[in-house]
Amino acid sequence: MAIAERPLIYEGTRVPHPIPTMLRVDDELREMGDILQVNFGPNHPSTHGVLRLVVDLDGEKVVGLEAKIGYVHTGFEKTMEQKTWWKAITYPARIDYLAYQNNELVFVLAIEKLLQLETPPKATWMRMLLCELNRIHSHLVWLGTSALELGAISVFWYTFREREALCDLFELATGYRLHTRYFQAGGLAEDIPKGFEAECRKFCKTMSPGVDQYEALLDKNAIWIERTRGLGLLSADDAIALGQSGPVLRGSGVDWDLRKSQPYLAYDQVDFDVPVYHGGDVYDRYKLRMDEMRESTRIVEQCLDAMPEGPWIADDRKVVLPPREELHTSMESLIYHFKIVTEGYRVPEGEIYVAVESPRGELGCYVVSDGGPRPWRVKFRAPGFAALEATATCMRDALVADLIAIVGSLDTVMGEVDR
Amino acid sequence: MSPQPLGSLHGFAVTFRQIFRKPITQQYPEYKRPLYPRFRGRHRLNRFENGLEKCVGCSLCAAACPADCIRVVAAENTPENRVSAGERYARIYEINMSRCIFCGYCEIACPFDAITLGNEYEISEYSRDDLIYTKDMLLAEPRKRVTIQDPELFDTPIPYYRAKA
Repeated sequence: MAIAERPLIYEGTRVPHPIPTMLRVDDELREMGDILQVNFGPNHPSTHGVLRLVVDLDGEKVVGLEAKIGYVHTGFEKTMEQKTWWKAITYPARIDYLAYQNNELVFVLAIEKLLQLETPPKATWMRMLLCELNRIHSHLVWLGTSALELGAISVFWYTFREREALCDLFELATGYRLHTRYFQAGGLAEDIPKGFEAECRKFCKTMSPGVDQYEALLDKNAIWIERTRGLGLLSADDAIALGQSGPVLRGSGVDWDLRKSQPYLAYDQVDFDVPVYHGGDVYDRYKLRMDEMRESTRIVEQCLDAMPEGPWIADDRKVVLPPREELHTSMESLIYHFKIVTEGYRVPEGEIYVAVESPRGELGCYVVSDGGPRPWRVKFRAPGFAALEATATCMRDALVADLIAIVGSLDTVMGEVDR
Repeated sequence: MSPQPLGSLHGFAVTFRQIFRKPITQQYPEYKRPLYPRFRGRHRLNRFENGLEKCVGCSLCAAACPADCIRVVAAENTPENRVSAGERYARIYEINMSRCIFCGYCEIACPFDAITLGNEYEISEYSRDDLIYTKDMLLAEPRKRVTIQDPELFDTPIPYYRAKA
Protein backbone atom coordinates (compact mmCIF):
# COMPACT_ATOMS: atom_id res chain seq x y z
CA MET A 1 0.00 0.00 0.00
CA ALA A 2 1.72 3.13 -1.15
CA ILE A 3 0.60 6.36 0.41
CA ALA A 4 1.49 9.20 -1.90
CA GLU A 5 3.28 12.29 -0.64
CA ARG A 6 0.49 14.79 -0.31
CA PRO A 7 -0.47 17.60 2.03
CA LEU A 8 -1.90 16.09 5.17
CA ILE A 9 -5.66 15.80 5.31
CA TYR A 10 -5.37 16.73 8.98
CA GLU A 11 -2.74 16.52 11.73
CA GLY A 12 -2.38 13.39 13.81
CA THR A 13 -5.10 10.87 14.38
CA ARG A 14 -8.74 11.36 15.15
CA VAL A 15 -9.61 7.83 16.10
CA PRO A 16 -11.22 8.45 19.48
CA HIS A 17 -10.00 6.53 22.49
CA PRO A 18 -10.93 4.06 23.97
CA ILE A 19 -13.85 3.02 21.76
CA PRO A 20 -13.11 4.02 18.20
CA THR A 21 -16.66 3.76 16.94
CA MET A 22 -18.22 6.25 19.35
CA LEU A 23 -17.80 9.93 19.81
CA ARG A 24 -17.94 10.70 23.52
CA VAL A 25 -19.04 14.01 24.95
CA ASP A 26 -16.57 15.72 27.26
CA ASP A 27 -17.69 15.40 30.87
CA GLU A 28 -17.08 19.10 31.34
CA LEU A 29 -19.33 19.93 28.42
CA ARG A 30 -22.02 17.58 29.59
CA GLU A 31 -22.08 19.12 33.06
CA MET A 32 -22.84 22.50 31.56
CA GLY A 33 -26.21 21.01 30.68
CA ASP A 34 -26.50 22.34 27.17
CA ILE A 35 -26.20 19.03 25.42
CA LEU A 36 -29.26 17.94 23.51
CA GLN A 37 -29.52 14.27 22.75
CA VAL A 38 -31.28 13.48 19.49
CA ASN A 39 -32.19 10.20 17.92
CA PHE A 40 -31.37 10.16 14.23
CA GLY A 41 -33.29 7.19 12.89
CA PRO A 42 -34.08 4.34 12.94
CA ASN A 43 -36.92 5.42 10.68
CA HIS A 44 -35.27 8.44 9.19
CA PRO A 45 -35.47 8.33 5.40
CA SER A 46 -31.83 9.25 4.90
CA THR A 47 -30.24 6.59 7.07
CA HIS A 48 -30.10 4.10 4.19
CA GLY A 49 -32.14 1.54 6.01
CA VAL A 50 -32.76 1.38 9.70
CA LEU A 51 -29.69 2.89 11.26
CA ARG A 52 -30.13 4.65 14.57
CA LEU A 53 -27.60 7.26 15.54
CA VAL A 54 -27.76 8.78 19.00
CA VAL A 55 -26.38 12.23 18.46
CA ASP A 56 -25.34 14.67 21.20
CA LEU A 57 -25.68 18.22 20.03
CA ASP A 58 -24.07 21.31 21.42
CA GLY A 59 -26.03 23.92 19.56
CA GLU A 60 -25.62 22.76 15.99
CA LYS A 61 -22.34 20.99 16.57
CA VAL A 62 -22.19 17.23 16.84
CA VAL A 63 -20.21 16.48 19.97
CA GLY A 64 -21.24 12.91 20.63
CA LEU A 65 -22.26 10.07 18.41
CA GLU A 66 -23.16 6.47 18.92
CA ALA A 67 -24.53 4.10 16.30
CA LYS A 68 -27.14 1.57 17.36
CA ILE A 69 -27.49 -1.26 14.93
CA GLY A 70 -29.30 -4.55 14.69
CA TYR A 71 -32.73 -3.43 13.51
CA VAL A 72 -32.62 -5.63 10.43
CA HIS A 73 -30.69 -8.51 11.90
CA THR A 74 -32.04 -11.54 10.10
CA GLY A 75 -29.49 -14.19 10.96
CA PHE A 76 -28.47 -14.93 7.39
CA GLU A 77 -25.21 -16.56 8.36
CA LYS A 78 -26.86 -18.91 10.83
CA THR A 79 -29.69 -19.74 8.43
CA MET A 80 -27.18 -20.62 5.74
CA GLU A 81 -25.71 -23.24 8.07
CA GLN A 82 -29.07 -25.01 8.09
CA LYS A 83 -29.28 -25.20 4.29
CA THR A 84 -27.35 -27.29 1.84
CA TRP A 85 -24.57 -25.57 -0.08
CA TRP A 86 -26.75 -25.38 -3.16
CA LYS A 87 -29.65 -23.76 -1.35
CA ALA A 88 -27.40 -21.42 0.61
CA ILE A 89 -26.39 -19.71 -2.65
CA THR A 90 -29.73 -17.88 -2.63
CA TYR A 91 -28.95 -16.20 0.71
CA PRO A 92 -25.84 -14.01 0.29
CA ALA A 93 -27.51 -11.89 -2.39
CA ARG A 94 -30.00 -10.75 0.21
CA ILE A 95 -27.37 -9.61 2.69
CA ASP A 96 -26.27 -6.58 0.71
CA TYR A 97 -29.25 -5.98 -1.49
CA LEU A 98 -27.49 -3.38 -3.64
CA ALA A 99 -24.40 -5.44 -4.40
CA TYR A 100 -26.27 -8.72 -4.69
CA GLN A 101 -24.16 -10.11 -7.51
CA ASN A 102 -20.88 -9.53 -5.70
CA ASN A 103 -22.20 -11.18 -2.56
CA GLU A 104 -23.32 -14.17 -4.53
CA LEU A 105 -19.95 -14.34 -6.22
CA VAL A 106 -17.94 -14.38 -3.02
CA PHE A 107 -19.88 -17.30 -1.58
CA VAL A 108 -19.78 -19.27 -4.82
CA LEU A 109 -16.04 -18.65 -5.11
CA ALA A 110 -15.60 -19.96 -1.58
CA ILE A 111 -17.46 -23.17 -2.41
CA GLU A 112 -15.47 -23.59 -5.58
CA LYS A 113 -12.18 -23.11 -3.79
CA LEU A 114 -13.08 -25.76 -1.23
CA LEU A 115 -14.18 -28.12 -3.99
CA GLN A 116 -11.19 -27.14 -6.16
CA LEU A 117 -13.59 -26.76 -9.03
CA GLU A 118 -12.53 -25.09 -12.25
CA THR A 119 -15.05 -22.84 -13.96
CA PRO A 120 -15.17 -22.57 -17.73
CA PRO A 121 -13.85 -19.26 -19.12
CA LYS A 122 -17.29 -18.17 -20.32
CA ALA A 123 -18.61 -18.33 -16.76
CA THR A 124 -15.62 -16.42 -15.42
CA TRP A 125 -16.03 -13.57 -17.89
CA MET A 126 -19.78 -13.39 -17.50
CA ARG A 127 -19.36 -13.26 -13.73
CA MET A 128 -16.94 -10.40 -14.09
CA LEU A 129 -19.31 -8.58 -16.41
CA LEU A 130 -22.28 -8.93 -14.10
CA CYS A 131 -20.24 -7.92 -11.05
CA GLU A 132 -19.15 -4.74 -12.77
CA LEU A 133 -22.71 -3.98 -13.85
CA ASN A 134 -23.65 -4.54 -10.24
CA ARG A 135 -20.97 -2.11 -9.09
CA ILE A 136 -22.48 0.53 -11.36
CA HIS A 137 -25.92 -0.33 -9.99
CA SER A 138 -24.80 0.11 -6.41
CA HIS A 139 -23.04 3.40 -7.10
CA LEU A 140 -26.06 4.71 -9.00
CA VAL A 141 -28.37 4.01 -6.09
CA TRP A 142 -25.84 5.55 -3.74
CA LEU A 143 -25.48 8.69 -5.83
CA GLY A 144 -29.19 9.10 -6.39
CA THR A 145 -30.16 8.74 -2.76
CA SER A 146 -27.23 10.66 -1.32
CA ALA A 147 -27.82 13.61 -3.60
CA LEU A 148 -31.52 13.43 -2.86
CA GLU A 149 -30.81 13.70 0.84
CA LEU A 150 -28.81 16.85 0.24
CA GLY A 151 -31.65 18.34 -1.75
CA ALA A 152 -30.58 17.57 -5.31
CA ILE A 153 -33.66 15.67 -6.37
CA SER A 154 -33.07 15.78 -10.14
CA VAL A 155 -29.93 13.64 -9.86
CA PHE A 156 -32.11 10.89 -8.45
CA TRP A 157 -34.22 10.77 -11.61
CA TYR A 158 -31.17 10.72 -13.85
CA THR A 159 -29.43 7.94 -11.93
CA PHE A 160 -32.55 5.80 -11.73
CA ARG A 161 -33.00 6.10 -15.47
CA GLU A 162 -29.72 4.17 -15.90
CA ARG A 163 -30.44 1.90 -12.98
CA GLU A 164 -33.70 0.85 -14.59
CA ALA A 165 -31.84 -0.11 -17.76
CA LEU A 166 -29.41 -2.09 -15.62
CA CYS A 167 -32.16 -3.96 -13.84
CA ASP A 168 -33.62 -4.81 -17.25
CA LEU A 169 -30.26 -6.29 -18.22
CA PHE A 170 -30.25 -8.43 -15.12
CA GLU A 171 -33.78 -9.53 -15.86
CA LEU A 172 -32.80 -10.46 -19.39
CA ALA A 173 -29.80 -12.53 -18.36
CA THR A 174 -30.81 -14.02 -15.05
CA GLY A 175 -34.59 -13.84 -14.82
CA TYR A 176 -34.76 -11.47 -11.90
CA ARG A 177 -33.98 -7.81 -11.43
CA LEU A 178 -32.34 -8.28 -8.06
CA HIS A 179 -31.26 -11.41 -6.16
CA THR A 180 -30.49 -13.36 -9.26
CA ARG A 181 -29.05 -16.72 -8.00
CA TYR A 182 -27.42 -16.79 -11.45
CA PHE A 183 -24.01 -17.85 -10.16
CA GLN A 184 -23.86 -21.51 -9.23
CA ALA A 185 -20.96 -23.56 -7.98
CA GLY A 186 -19.13 -24.46 -11.18
CA GLY A 187 -20.34 -21.65 -13.38
CA LEU A 188 -23.64 -20.07 -14.33
CA ALA A 189 -27.17 -21.36 -13.91
CA GLU A 190 -28.02 -20.82 -17.56
CA ASP A 191 -26.31 -19.89 -20.77
CA ILE A 192 -26.00 -16.22 -21.66
CA PRO A 193 -29.16 -15.41 -23.59
CA LYS A 194 -29.17 -14.21 -27.14
CA GLY A 195 -29.59 -10.51 -27.40
CA PHE A 196 -27.76 -9.85 -24.16
CA GLU A 197 -24.63 -8.59 -25.85
CA ALA A 198 -26.52 -6.10 -28.03
CA GLU A 199 -28.58 -4.82 -25.11
CA CYS A 200 -25.52 -4.56 -22.91
CA ARG A 201 -23.59 -2.61 -25.53
CA LYS A 202 -26.55 -0.28 -25.87
CA PHE A 203 -26.41 0.29 -22.14
CA CYS A 204 -22.66 0.96 -22.16
CA LYS A 205 -23.21 3.61 -24.81
CA THR A 206 -25.70 5.45 -22.60
CA MET A 207 -23.68 5.01 -19.43
CA SER A 208 -20.74 7.34 -20.05
CA PRO A 209 -22.89 10.30 -21.21
CA GLY A 210 -25.01 9.50 -18.18
CA VAL A 211 -22.08 9.92 -15.81
CA ASP A 212 -21.21 13.16 -17.57
CA GLN A 213 -24.71 14.38 -16.87
CA TYR A 214 -24.54 13.57 -13.15
CA GLU A 215 -21.22 15.35 -12.95
CA ALA A 216 -22.61 18.36 -14.78
CA LEU A 217 -25.48 18.45 -12.33
CA LEU A 218 -23.30 18.23 -9.22
CA ASP A 219 -19.63 18.99 -9.83
CA LYS A 220 -19.90 22.74 -10.01
CA ASN A 221 -23.14 23.13 -8.13
CA ALA A 222 -22.45 25.66 -5.39
CA ILE A 223 -24.71 23.97 -2.84
CA TRP A 224 -23.28 20.54 -3.50
CA ILE A 225 -19.72 21.80 -3.10
CA GLU A 226 -20.57 23.69 0.08
CA ARG A 227 -22.15 20.63 1.59
CA THR A 228 -19.54 18.07 0.62
CA ARG A 229 -16.09 19.64 0.33
CA GLY A 230 -13.88 19.47 3.40
CA LEU A 231 -16.47 17.50 5.34
CA GLY A 232 -16.21 14.08 6.90
CA LEU A 233 -12.44 14.08 6.83
CA LEU A 234 -10.70 10.77 7.28
CA SER A 235 -6.93 10.55 6.95
CA ALA A 236 -5.21 7.62 5.29
CA ASP A 237 -3.72 6.36 8.54
CA ASP A 238 -7.03 6.54 10.33
CA ALA A 239 -8.79 4.84 7.46
CA ILE A 240 -6.34 1.95 7.65
CA ALA A 241 -6.56 1.87 11.45
CA LEU A 242 -10.34 1.61 11.20
CA GLY A 243 -10.15 -1.21 8.67
CA GLN A 244 -11.67 0.72 5.80
CA SER A 245 -11.66 -0.55 2.27
CA GLY A 246 -13.13 0.35 -1.07
CA PRO A 247 -14.14 3.92 -1.95
CA VAL A 248 -13.76 5.20 1.62
CA LEU A 249 -10.14 4.06 1.75
CA ARG A 250 -9.31 5.14 -1.81
CA GLY A 251 -10.94 8.50 -1.21
CA SER A 252 -8.41 9.02 1.59
CA GLY A 253 -5.50 8.44 -0.75
CA VAL A 254 -4.66 4.78 -0.30
CA ASP A 255 -4.32 2.86 -3.54
CA TRP A 256 -5.79 -0.47 -2.53
CA ASP A 257 -8.13 -2.46 -4.70
CA LEU A 258 -8.46 -6.23 -4.48
CA ARG A 259 -9.10 -6.39 -8.21
CA LYS A 260 -5.53 -5.16 -8.73
CA SER A 261 -3.73 -6.37 -5.64
CA GLN A 262 -4.97 -9.96 -5.70
CA PRO A 263 -6.88 -10.40 -8.95
CA TYR A 264 -9.71 -12.90 -8.91
CA LEU A 265 -11.83 -13.99 -11.89
CA ALA A 266 -10.04 -12.50 -14.92
CA TYR A 267 -9.34 -9.01 -13.61
CA ASP A 268 -5.68 -9.41 -14.50
CA GLN A 269 -6.66 -9.69 -18.16
CA VAL A 270 -8.65 -6.50 -18.46
CA ASP A 271 -7.34 -2.98 -18.64
CA PHE A 272 -8.69 -0.59 -16.05
CA ASP A 273 -7.49 2.05 -13.64
CA VAL A 274 -8.17 2.34 -9.95
CA PRO A 275 -9.13 5.92 -9.19
CA VAL A 276 -7.56 7.35 -6.05
CA TYR A 277 -8.37 10.71 -4.47
CA HIS A 278 -6.43 12.39 -1.72
CA GLY A 279 -8.84 14.76 -0.05
CA GLY A 280 -10.49 12.24 2.25
CA ASP A 281 -13.72 14.23 2.29
CA VAL A 282 -17.27 13.60 1.11
CA TYR A 283 -16.62 15.29 -2.23
CA ASP A 284 -13.66 13.07 -3.04
CA ARG A 285 -15.62 9.93 -2.20
CA TYR A 286 -18.27 11.16 -4.60
CA LYS A 287 -15.74 11.88 -7.35
CA LEU A 288 -14.16 8.50 -6.81
CA ARG A 289 -17.43 6.66 -7.28
CA MET A 290 -18.07 8.62 -10.46
CA ASP A 291 -14.70 7.52 -11.83
CA GLU A 292 -15.36 3.95 -10.74
CA MET A 293 -18.56 3.91 -12.75
CA ARG A 294 -16.61 4.95 -15.84
CA GLU A 295 -13.97 2.31 -15.20
CA SER A 296 -16.62 -0.34 -14.66
CA THR A 297 -18.21 0.56 -17.97
CA ARG A 298 -14.81 0.08 -19.58
CA ILE A 299 -14.46 -3.35 -17.99
CA VAL A 300 -17.95 -4.34 -19.13
CA GLU A 301 -17.09 -3.39 -22.70
CA GLN A 302 -13.90 -5.41 -22.57
CA CYS A 303 -15.80 -8.38 -21.16
CA LEU A 304 -18.24 -8.20 -24.04
CA ASP A 305 -15.39 -8.10 -26.54
CA ALA A 306 -13.56 -10.99 -24.95
CA MET A 307 -16.55 -13.18 -24.05
CA PRO A 308 -15.40 -16.72 -24.90
CA GLU A 309 -17.58 -19.40 -26.42
CA GLY A 310 -18.16 -22.76 -24.84
CA PRO A 311 -19.93 -24.28 -21.87
CA TRP A 312 -21.24 -22.07 -19.11
CA ILE A 313 -20.91 -24.54 -16.28
CA ALA A 314 -18.28 -27.07 -15.32
CA ASP A 315 -18.83 -30.71 -16.19
CA ASP A 316 -18.70 -32.24 -12.74
CA ARG A 317 -21.59 -34.58 -12.12
CA LYS A 318 -20.94 -34.73 -8.39
CA VAL A 319 -21.65 -31.01 -7.94
CA VAL A 320 -23.36 -29.62 -11.00
CA LEU A 321 -26.93 -30.56 -11.82
CA PRO A 322 -27.07 -32.78 -14.94
CA PRO A 323 -28.32 -31.23 -18.18
CA ARG A 324 -32.07 -30.97 -18.29
CA GLU A 325 -32.63 -33.05 -21.39
CA GLU A 326 -30.81 -36.03 -19.88
CA LEU A 327 -33.36 -36.37 -17.08
CA HIS A 328 -35.84 -38.02 -19.41
CA THR A 329 -33.36 -40.46 -20.92
CA SER A 330 -30.66 -41.31 -18.39
CA MET A 331 -31.41 -43.03 -15.09
CA GLU A 332 -28.00 -42.14 -13.77
CA SER A 333 -28.54 -38.44 -14.41
CA LEU A 334 -31.89 -38.61 -12.65
CA ILE A 335 -30.27 -40.20 -9.61
CA TYR A 336 -27.62 -37.50 -9.45
CA HIS A 337 -30.30 -34.86 -9.89
CA PHE A 338 -32.28 -36.22 -6.94
CA LYS A 339 -29.12 -36.62 -4.88
CA ILE A 340 -27.94 -33.04 -5.40
CA VAL A 341 -31.36 -31.49 -4.84
CA THR A 342 -32.33 -33.44 -1.74
CA GLU A 343 -29.13 -34.25 0.06
CA GLY A 344 -26.85 -31.75 -1.60
CA TYR A 345 -23.27 -32.15 -2.68
CA ARG A 346 -20.59 -32.72 -0.11
CA VAL A 347 -17.79 -30.22 0.20
CA PRO A 348 -14.43 -31.47 1.51
CA GLU A 349 -13.48 -30.60 5.04
CA GLY A 350 -11.61 -27.35 5.37
CA GLU A 351 -11.88 -23.64 5.86
CA ILE A 352 -11.43 -20.81 3.42
CA TYR A 353 -11.52 -17.05 3.31
CA VAL A 354 -12.28 -15.47 -0.04
CA ALA A 355 -12.41 -11.74 -0.56
CA VAL A 356 -13.67 -9.74 -3.51
CA GLU A 357 -13.90 -6.02 -4.15
CA SER A 358 -17.56 -5.23 -3.75
CA PRO A 359 -18.83 -1.71 -4.51
CA ARG A 360 -18.35 -0.94 -0.83
CA GLY A 361 -14.92 -2.46 -0.40
CA GLU A 362 -13.43 -5.73 0.68
CA LEU A 363 -16.24 -8.22 0.94
CA GLY A 364 -14.97 -11.38 2.54
CA CYS A 365 -16.56 -14.73 3.07
CA TYR A 366 -15.18 -17.16 5.59
CA VAL A 367 -16.55 -20.66 5.23
CA VAL A 368 -15.85 -23.77 7.25
CA SER A 369 -16.91 -27.14 5.98
CA ASP A 370 -16.98 -30.30 8.07
CA GLY A 371 -17.21 -32.44 4.97
CA GLY A 372 -20.98 -32.58 5.06
CA PRO A 373 -23.65 -31.30 2.73
CA ARG A 374 -24.11 -28.10 4.75
CA PRO A 375 -21.68 -25.35 5.62
CA TRP A 376 -20.53 -25.68 9.21
CA ARG A 377 -19.91 -21.97 9.57
CA VAL A 378 -20.42 -19.02 7.27
CA LYS A 379 -19.20 -15.55 8.11
CA PHE A 380 -19.21 -12.47 5.96
CA ARG A 381 -16.81 -9.60 6.31
CA ALA A 382 -19.10 -6.75 5.44
CA PRO A 383 -17.40 -3.58 4.19
CA GLY A 384 -20.44 -1.55 5.12
CA PHE A 385 -20.01 -2.54 8.76
CA ALA A 386 -16.43 -1.33 8.74
CA ALA A 387 -17.50 1.91 7.05
CA LEU A 388 -20.08 2.52 9.73
CA GLU A 389 -17.36 2.21 12.37
CA ALA A 390 -15.62 5.18 10.78
CA THR A 391 -18.68 7.42 11.19
CA ALA A 392 -17.65 8.81 14.56
CA THR A 393 -14.15 9.67 13.36
CA CYS A 394 -15.48 11.35 10.22
CA MET A 395 -17.98 13.30 12.27
CA ARG A 396 -15.36 15.34 14.15
CA ASP A 397 -16.19 19.06 14.04
CA ALA A 398 -19.32 18.40 12.00
CA LEU A 399 -22.61 20.20 12.20
CA VAL A 400 -25.85 18.30 12.45
CA ALA A 401 -26.70 19.09 8.83
CA ASP A 402 -23.41 17.52 7.72
CA LEU A 403 -24.37 14.28 9.42
CA ILE A 404 -26.55 13.28 6.48
CA ALA A 405 -23.82 13.99 3.96
CA ILE A 406 -21.18 12.15 5.94
CA VAL A 407 -23.21 9.06 6.77
CA GLY A 408 -24.33 8.96 3.15
CA SER A 409 -20.80 9.23 1.81
CA LEU A 410 -19.68 6.17 3.75
CA ASP A 411 -22.29 4.17 1.83
CA THR A 412 -23.44 1.73 4.45
CA VAL A 413 -26.19 -0.70 3.59
CA MET A 414 -27.93 -1.73 6.74
CA GLY A 415 -28.85 -5.16 5.46
CA GLU A 416 -25.16 -5.86 5.27
CA VAL A 417 -24.28 -4.21 8.58
CA ASP A 418 -26.84 -6.16 10.59
CA ARG A 419 -26.96 -9.32 8.47
CA MET B 1 -11.64 26.65 -5.29
CA SER B 2 -14.57 28.42 -3.78
CA PRO B 3 -17.99 27.47 -5.08
CA GLN B 4 -19.16 29.59 -7.99
CA PRO B 5 -22.88 30.26 -8.15
CA LEU B 6 -22.54 30.41 -11.93
CA GLY B 7 -21.29 26.83 -11.89
CA SER B 8 -24.80 25.68 -11.09
CA LEU B 9 -25.76 26.70 -14.62
CA HIS B 10 -24.05 23.55 -15.90
CA GLY B 11 -26.69 21.56 -14.10
CA PHE B 12 -29.49 23.70 -15.48
CA ALA B 13 -28.17 23.06 -18.97
CA VAL B 14 -28.64 19.32 -18.43
CA THR B 15 -32.18 19.65 -17.16
CA PHE B 16 -33.06 22.20 -19.84
CA ARG B 17 -31.87 19.91 -22.62
CA GLN B 18 -34.04 17.18 -21.19
CA ILE B 19 -37.13 19.18 -22.14
CA PHE B 20 -36.54 18.35 -25.80
CA ARG B 21 -36.01 14.64 -25.23
CA LYS B 22 -38.67 12.00 -25.18
CA PRO B 23 -39.58 11.09 -21.61
CA ILE B 24 -38.77 7.53 -20.57
CA THR B 25 -41.69 7.38 -18.18
CA GLN B 26 -44.05 4.46 -18.68
CA GLN B 27 -47.62 4.79 -17.47
CA TYR B 28 -47.45 1.60 -15.51
CA PRO B 29 -50.86 0.21 -14.67
CA GLU B 30 -52.15 1.10 -18.14
CA TYR B 31 -48.99 0.14 -19.95
CA LYS B 32 -47.00 -2.91 -18.95
CA ARG B 33 -43.48 -3.27 -20.21
CA PRO B 34 -42.98 -6.58 -22.00
CA LEU B 35 -41.05 -8.94 -19.77
CA TYR B 36 -38.00 -10.84 -20.79
CA PRO B 37 -38.67 -14.55 -21.32
CA ARG B 38 -36.58 -15.66 -18.35
CA PHE B 39 -38.54 -13.60 -15.84
CA ARG B 40 -39.56 -15.62 -12.82
CA GLY B 41 -43.02 -14.75 -11.61
CA ARG B 42 -45.91 -16.58 -10.03
CA HIS B 43 -45.76 -20.36 -10.19
CA ARG B 44 -47.92 -22.54 -12.36
CA LEU B 45 -48.63 -26.24 -12.31
CA ASN B 46 -48.84 -27.76 -15.76
CA ARG B 47 -50.99 -30.44 -17.35
CA PHE B 48 -50.45 -32.73 -20.28
CA GLU B 49 -52.52 -32.12 -23.37
CA ASN B 50 -54.85 -34.95 -22.38
CA GLY B 51 -55.66 -33.19 -19.11
CA LEU B 52 -53.59 -35.31 -16.76
CA GLU B 53 -51.41 -33.43 -14.32
CA LYS B 54 -47.68 -33.55 -14.81
CA CYS B 55 -46.99 -33.46 -11.07
CA VAL B 56 -46.48 -36.91 -9.55
CA GLY B 57 -46.12 -35.70 -5.98
CA CYS B 58 -42.43 -36.54 -5.55
CA SER B 59 -41.85 -33.49 -3.30
CA LEU B 60 -38.55 -32.69 -4.91
CA CYS B 61 -39.62 -29.06 -5.27
CA ALA B 62 -40.35 -28.92 -1.55
CA ALA B 63 -36.91 -30.38 -0.85
CA ALA B 64 -35.25 -27.86 -3.13
CA CYS B 65 -37.01 -24.80 -1.75
CA PRO B 66 -34.59 -22.63 0.28
CA ALA B 67 -37.50 -20.84 1.94
CA ASP B 68 -39.45 -24.02 2.75
CA CYS B 69 -42.63 -22.60 1.32
CA ILE B 70 -43.94 -25.61 -0.65
CA ARG B 71 -46.08 -28.33 0.89
CA VAL B 72 -46.89 -31.48 -1.03
CA VAL B 73 -48.99 -34.40 0.17
CA ALA B 74 -49.08 -37.24 -2.31
CA ALA B 75 -51.73 -39.91 -2.84
CA GLU B 76 -51.99 -43.03 -5.03
CA ASN B 77 -53.69 -42.90 -8.38
CA THR B 78 -56.46 -45.46 -8.78
CA PRO B 79 -58.07 -46.64 -12.05
CA GLU B 80 -61.30 -44.85 -11.07
CA ASN B 81 -59.52 -41.67 -10.06
CA ARG B 82 -56.57 -41.03 -12.32
CA VAL B 83 -55.16 -37.55 -11.79
CA SER B 84 -51.58 -37.69 -12.96
CA ALA B 85 -49.58 -39.69 -15.44
CA GLY B 86 -47.46 -41.45 -12.83
CA GLU B 87 -48.24 -43.81 -9.98
CA ARG B 88 -49.01 -41.06 -7.53
CA TYR B 89 -50.30 -37.53 -7.66
CA ALA B 90 -50.21 -34.46 -5.44
CA ARG B 91 -53.35 -34.54 -3.32
CA ILE B 92 -52.37 -31.29 -1.64
CA TYR B 93 -50.05 -28.83 -3.28
CA GLU B 94 -49.59 -25.50 -1.57
CA ILE B 95 -47.16 -22.67 -2.05
CA ASN B 96 -46.90 -20.00 0.58
CA MET B 97 -46.29 -16.96 -1.57
CA SER B 98 -45.48 -14.75 1.39
CA ARG B 99 -42.40 -16.86 2.00
CA CYS B 100 -41.42 -17.55 -1.59
CA ILE B 101 -38.24 -15.79 -2.73
CA PHE B 102 -38.73 -16.57 -6.45
CA CYS B 103 -35.35 -18.21 -6.83
CA GLY B 104 -36.78 -20.76 -9.23
CA TYR B 105 -35.14 -23.75 -7.58
CA CYS B 106 -38.46 -25.65 -7.63
CA GLU B 107 -38.56 -25.26 -11.37
CA ILE B 108 -34.97 -26.47 -11.70
CA ALA B 109 -35.61 -29.38 -9.34
CA CYS B 110 -38.79 -30.68 -10.96
CA PRO B 111 -37.81 -33.60 -13.23
CA PHE B 112 -41.21 -33.59 -14.97
CA ASP B 113 -41.50 -29.87 -15.79
CA ALA B 114 -44.68 -29.91 -13.72
CA ILE B 115 -44.00 -26.65 -11.91
CA THR B 116 -42.76 -23.64 -13.80
CA LEU B 117 -42.48 -20.01 -12.89
CA GLY B 118 -44.80 -17.96 -15.02
CA ASN B 119 -44.77 -14.28 -15.79
CA GLU B 120 -47.38 -12.79 -13.48
CA TYR B 121 -45.94 -10.43 -10.92
CA GLU B 122 -48.96 -8.57 -9.59
CA ILE B 123 -49.75 -10.97 -6.80
CA SER B 124 -50.30 -8.80 -3.76
CA GLU B 125 -53.29 -9.54 -1.56
CA TYR B 126 -55.00 -7.89 1.37
CA SER B 127 -54.61 -10.86 3.64
CA ARG B 128 -51.71 -13.20 4.29
CA ASP B 129 -54.01 -16.20 4.14
CA ASP B 130 -54.81 -15.36 0.55
CA LEU B 131 -51.15 -15.70 -0.29
CA ILE B 132 -51.19 -19.43 0.33
CA TYR B 133 -51.84 -20.73 -3.16
CA THR B 134 -53.63 -24.01 -3.41
CA LYS B 135 -53.34 -26.58 -6.15
CA ASP B 136 -56.46 -25.34 -7.96
CA MET B 137 -55.12 -21.81 -8.08
CA LEU B 138 -51.78 -22.99 -9.42
CA LEU B 139 -53.39 -25.21 -12.05
CA ALA B 140 -55.82 -22.57 -13.29
CA GLU B 141 -54.98 -20.35 -16.23
CA PRO B 142 -53.65 -17.06 -14.89
CA ARG B 143 -56.12 -14.21 -15.07
CA LYS B 144 -53.71 -11.45 -15.88
CA ARG B 145 -51.47 -11.76 -18.84
CA VAL B 146 -48.28 -9.86 -19.37
CA THR B 147 -46.65 -9.54 -22.74
CA ILE B 148 -43.32 -11.24 -23.11
CA GLN B 149 -40.43 -10.30 -25.34
CA ASP B 150 -39.71 -12.62 -28.20
CA PRO B 151 -37.84 -15.67 -26.82
CA GLU B 152 -36.23 -16.07 -30.23
CA LEU B 153 -34.42 -12.80 -29.65
CA PHE B 154 -33.85 -12.82 -25.92
CA ASP B 155 -33.33 -16.37 -24.73
CA THR B 156 -30.95 -19.22 -25.32
CA PRO B 157 -31.66 -21.23 -28.49
CA ILE B 158 -33.39 -24.00 -26.55
CA PRO B 159 -34.49 -22.75 -23.18
CA TYR B 160 -33.38 -26.05 -21.89
CA TYR B 161 -35.76 -26.64 -19.06
CA ARG B 162 -38.76 -24.84 -20.42
CA ALA B 163 -38.79 -26.53 -23.80
CA LYS B 164 -41.28 -29.16 -22.69
CA ALA B 165 -43.24 -27.07 -20.23
